[in-house]
Amino acid sequence: MMPPEQNSPVIEVQNLTVTSYDRTILDGLSLPVYKNERLAIIGPSNSGKTTFLRCLNRLNDLQHSFKVSGTILLNGSNIFDPGADTAQLRRKVGMVYAVPVPLPWSIYENLVYGPRLAGVRDKNRLDELVETSLQSAFLWGEVKDRLHMPAKNLSGGQQQRLCLARVLALEPEVLILDEPCSALDPISTAKIEDALFELKSRLAIVLVTNNTKQAARASDRTAFFLMGKLIEMKETGRLFTNPSDKRTNDYLVGQFG
Amino acid sequence: MRQEKLIALILQAVALSALAGLLLITVFIFKEGLPLILRTGLKDFFFSSDWEPDAGHFGIMSMIIGSLAVTLGAMLIGGTLGLGMAIVLTQFCPPKLASFLKPTIELLAGIPSVVYGFMGVVTLVPLIRSYLGGPGLSVLAASIVLGIMVLPTVTSISIDALKAVPRTYWEGSVALGATRWQTTHMLMLKAARSGIVAAIILGMGRALGETMAVIMVAGNALEIPGSVLDPVRTLTSNIALEMGYASGEHREALFAAGVTLFAVIMIFNTIALTFARRTIRQGRGQ
Repeated sequence: MMPPEQNSPVIEVQNLTVTSYDRTILDGLSLPVYKNERLAIIGPSNSGKTTFLRCLNRLNDLQHSFKVSGTILLNGSNIFDPGADTAQLRRKVGMVYAVPVPLPWSIYENLVYGPRLAGVRDKNRLDELVETSLQSAFLWGEVKDRLHMPAKNLSGGQQQRLCLARVLALEPEVLILDEPCSALDPISTAKIEDALFELKSRLAIVLVTNNTKQAARASDRTAFFLMGKLIEMKETGRLFTNPSDKRTNDYLVGQFG
Repeated sequence: MRQEKLIALILQAVALSALAGLLLITVFIFKEGLPLILRTGLKDFFFSSDWEPDAGHFGIMSMIIGSLAVTLGAMLIGGTLGLGMAIVLTQFCPPKLASFLKPTIELLAGIPSVVYGFMGVVTLVPLIRSYLGGPGLSVLAASIVLGIMVLPTVTSISIDALKAVPRTYWEGSVALGATRWQTTHMLMLKAARSGIVAAIILGMGRALGETMAVIMVAGNALEIPGSVLDPVRTLTSNIALEMGYASGEHREALFAAGVTLFAVIMIFNTIALTFARRTIRQGRGQ
């Protein structure tokens, strides 16, 4: 596969700053996200990882106190443009949360909700989306005979893969995951990581994780955030073996975090 | 220790007195009213509109229809408005404004019903009379006044129901590309459904039981209304209007009407509570 840097970036974050009241959460952040790569974001809590992620699909708009400045280009157009369609943006930049939240319906209904909102009406097309997205999330085999069962009845690991599938059914260009495995057992975690590996062939993935081992295992590039600043970002192997900033090294060897 | 026990005992007695009150009222009105219903016969009591206490005719059908008509009208107006307000306040309006508006709507519950009736008589009734015709004192006037009176009940319980839906559902839906309105009607209203049903039913109970405001604006004619502009008499107005001079069987018949109301409102409240509990369970069940 082509090294990701040779593509043009799908997302280009430029000088992104987020403040809430007097507190600066993100401080002049700039970074690109390429197609066909898994970018991991690591850093201690309160380093702005989640806030960064929620800027990418403008979920921070819902926090009244947040003031966002800077630019985020998605395929060249600024997502903060006054005319930008946030619903459309959230379909292109699909998000998976730390805690899986199946909506209070059946597995099938959870999966077709997004596509239906996007205007897909054709039953065959919906069925197809359900099957392919469940397969991509490595869940199809486990639920194909009980698609109309309440999604709540699934185990935690299955619920998280359902949430992943639900986002994939939107056919996004970028997948953003906020500590998706923090509540999962190792086997479910491995399934998510395997799914992400396969998925990078068709989209860009941004993975926020508190687990540095996961970043080492499941990403191509890693960015280290500290106090709202991007300290260092490079190819995962190099960042972990040879960090150039002392703070990155201190974090990785567990001096703080 | 003895003091502790004494206080506990007193508090228990106070708590039980509410139950005792309910029990006494129930026993009393059933004892006063039930024999007459049985003596008159269910058919002649409920399904005849011949109410002539002096001649011994006690058919309450026109009043049942009157009560149902104003209740239905009140719910069409108050239910729609109340649910609409709940949706706006929980989904669309800035939290600060909502935290000011909700108590304001709840203040409506503190206005005495005679004031609502008075406002109805001096403003609403003349408007209906001059623009829509009829005597003005009508099903429509009663429905509008009652609709406003049930607003606080419907609104605040619906707000609680909508707020009980986990915030994560809402965010999950928005993150999947749903607009606010799509999230509201495809997710929130469904998830809060049982609480909203409870709100409507409790509102209905309040509309059905309201007396003073209805007497003042409904016209109180003893007939089955042909249109919303006709006057009606409700079960509650009838009891209030006639109790002062009723005696003997007539008095018993008024109690019997009370039994009917009591039963209907109890059924409403039981249904509402069942639905409300279900919402709470669902809210916690995640």
